[in-house]
Amino acid sequence: MAGELLVVAELTDGSLRPVTVELVGEARRQADAAGGSVGVAILGDAAPHASSLGAYGADRVYAMPGAERGTLSALEALVREVQPTAILCPATAFGSDVAAGLAARLGAGLAANCLSLEASATGLLQKRPMYAGKVIATVETLVGPNVITARPRVFAPGIPQEGRSAQVVTREAVAPRPHEAVVELVKLVKAERTELDVSEAEIIVSGGRGLGGPEAFALLRDLAHVLNAAVGASRAAVDAGWMPHAHQVGQTGKTVSPRLYIACGISGAIQHLVGMSSSQCIVAINSDPEAPIFTRCDYGIVGDLFTVVPALIQELKRAGVGA
Amino acid sequence: MEIIVCIKQVPDTAAEIVPSPDGAGIRSEGIPWVMNPYDEYALEEALRMKEAHGGTVTAICLGPEGAEATLRTGAAMGADALIHLCDPAFEGSDPHAAAKALAAAIKGLPYDVIWCGKMAVDDYSGYVGTALAELLALPHVSAVVKVEVSDGKVCVQRETEAGTAHLQMPLPVVLTAEKGLNEPRYPKAIDIMKAKRKELQTKTAADLGLGAGEVGAAGSATRVTKLEKPAERGGGRVIEAPAAEAVQQLVAALQQEAKVL
Repeated sequence: MAGELLVVAELTDGSLRPVTVELVGEARRQADAAGGSVGVAILGDAAPHASSLGAYGADRVYAMPGAERGTLSALEALVREVQPTAILCPATAFGSDVAAGLAARLGAGLAANCLSLEASATGLLQKRPMYAGKVIATVETLVGPNVITARPRVFAPGIPQEGRSAQVVTREAVAPRPHEAVVELVKLVKAERTELDVSEAEIIVSGGRGLGGPEAFALLRDLAHVLNAAVGASRAAVDAGWMPHAHQVGQTGKTVSPRLYIACGISGAIQHLVGMSSSQCIVAINSDPEAPIFTRCDYGIVGDLFTVVPALIQELKRAGVGA
Repeated sequence: MEIIVCIKQVPDTAAEIVPSPDGAGIRSEGIPWVMNPYDEYALEEALRMKEAHGGTVTAICLGPEGAEATLRTGAAMGADALIHLCDPAFEGSDPHAAAKALAAAIKGLPYDVIWCGKMAVDDYSGYVGTALAELLALPHVSAVVKVEVSDGKVCVQRETEAGTAHLQMPLPVVLTAEKGLNEPRYPKAIDIMKAKRKELQTKTAADLGLGAGEVGAAGSATRVTKLEKPAERGGGRVIEAPAAEAVQQLVAALQQEAKVL
């Protein structure tokens, strides 16, 4: 796609979230295919990140110091100046808000949670899930730029190249629109680092109704600890109050794409299956051989999870996997 | 306090969704239609705000004639006024066109808080709440898990990847509801009966002062060109062996075959 593809970077405590590099990788692939350029907007201090973003494929890094407040107005001003053909944001709390806000202010088409992008005669076509992924839609943007979000781990990050560098362009902060300026962040209470977030985890160990109660999640945490995995839960387990909603995988929870997903005591209701079916490898452990999860997994063990999971922990340790 | 809640009718999350043979839509036969689950949280919170602070709750729904049932569910839960944006001109609306119609309907009403669900489980975009805030130039917070109103201010919490954000802003405001905000009430039988006779205003695009080019497919910023089923994952290999042996085979397969460990 000709023109500039603009990636909105996400920083946490001054570090780039991995999804930013994934979006730069995808933008680079699209730009290379059609002769365009890649810009990255950093709301804050760009200096520590410009060289690595350059190596990953950014042509320009827009440094926007002081734009952490009034994010949307700062990005709106940049977009109106640069006129990118596409804007790529992470499908995170931050990025989803930015993408929707920019699309609304520009009157442009939003394609949320994209799975793939494809150049066509009418512009960039976007494949994205509808009905939580029960259906895949191909979306054409009628009013540009294409505003796109993608979840972590959907796009590959690309390979950094030594010697490739980005030009750093600084943009002064603009005054936020009044309705944006009145939103005040009182505080940010950090999540306990002991628990990984399912949306970014490489391995997820998930539990469902078959666990029988909240106590059994301790067993899954032991398994998760060995694998350095996040702990997920089915809707049944969340609705029963065994796990907080932030851990829920499925249609009214999170859609995840880990390298390995281990479903324990989860029968496999459709609203759960759509949330985890883009995992690279799925393992199911369930006592019911007829459970639908066995029709969607790569490996299954029919058995009592209270026997199988401790045995699995032992075996992983014996095989020298993880902690 | 004047509270507006935008609600949408969507297929039940338990329903199987199959694209129509031409890929232009979904096969709608046999699908049970319900209120979007996130909109239930929004409506429940609106009702709790009204119970705490007084005022009225107005439910607005954009959708075909059948979507009236979802407004009636809203009334049974406790909504005081019902507005149905119903017009063939709205057909084919993408989230942007839907937001324009909702914003036009809300513009003429009094409001302190406008609630939406954080997303509709059919479109799966999460656009309308944010867009309403921008179109009406109001502050907003998405995916709220806790809310308190006092002295013309609203304090909310939302979960982000970096932690729980505590935010504060003056009214009026647009908020979108995340699961976990509350436990929506089940309407009583008597309220379901009463809701059937509740007055309902129907508005067309012309009633909202919107021209044909501003709504529906013509007023949309995106177009779905094709719907298809995702690639099927076949059933995998079920390892039939006692636990100790099964996990040995599993770990070996994950290491050597799938290469994910």
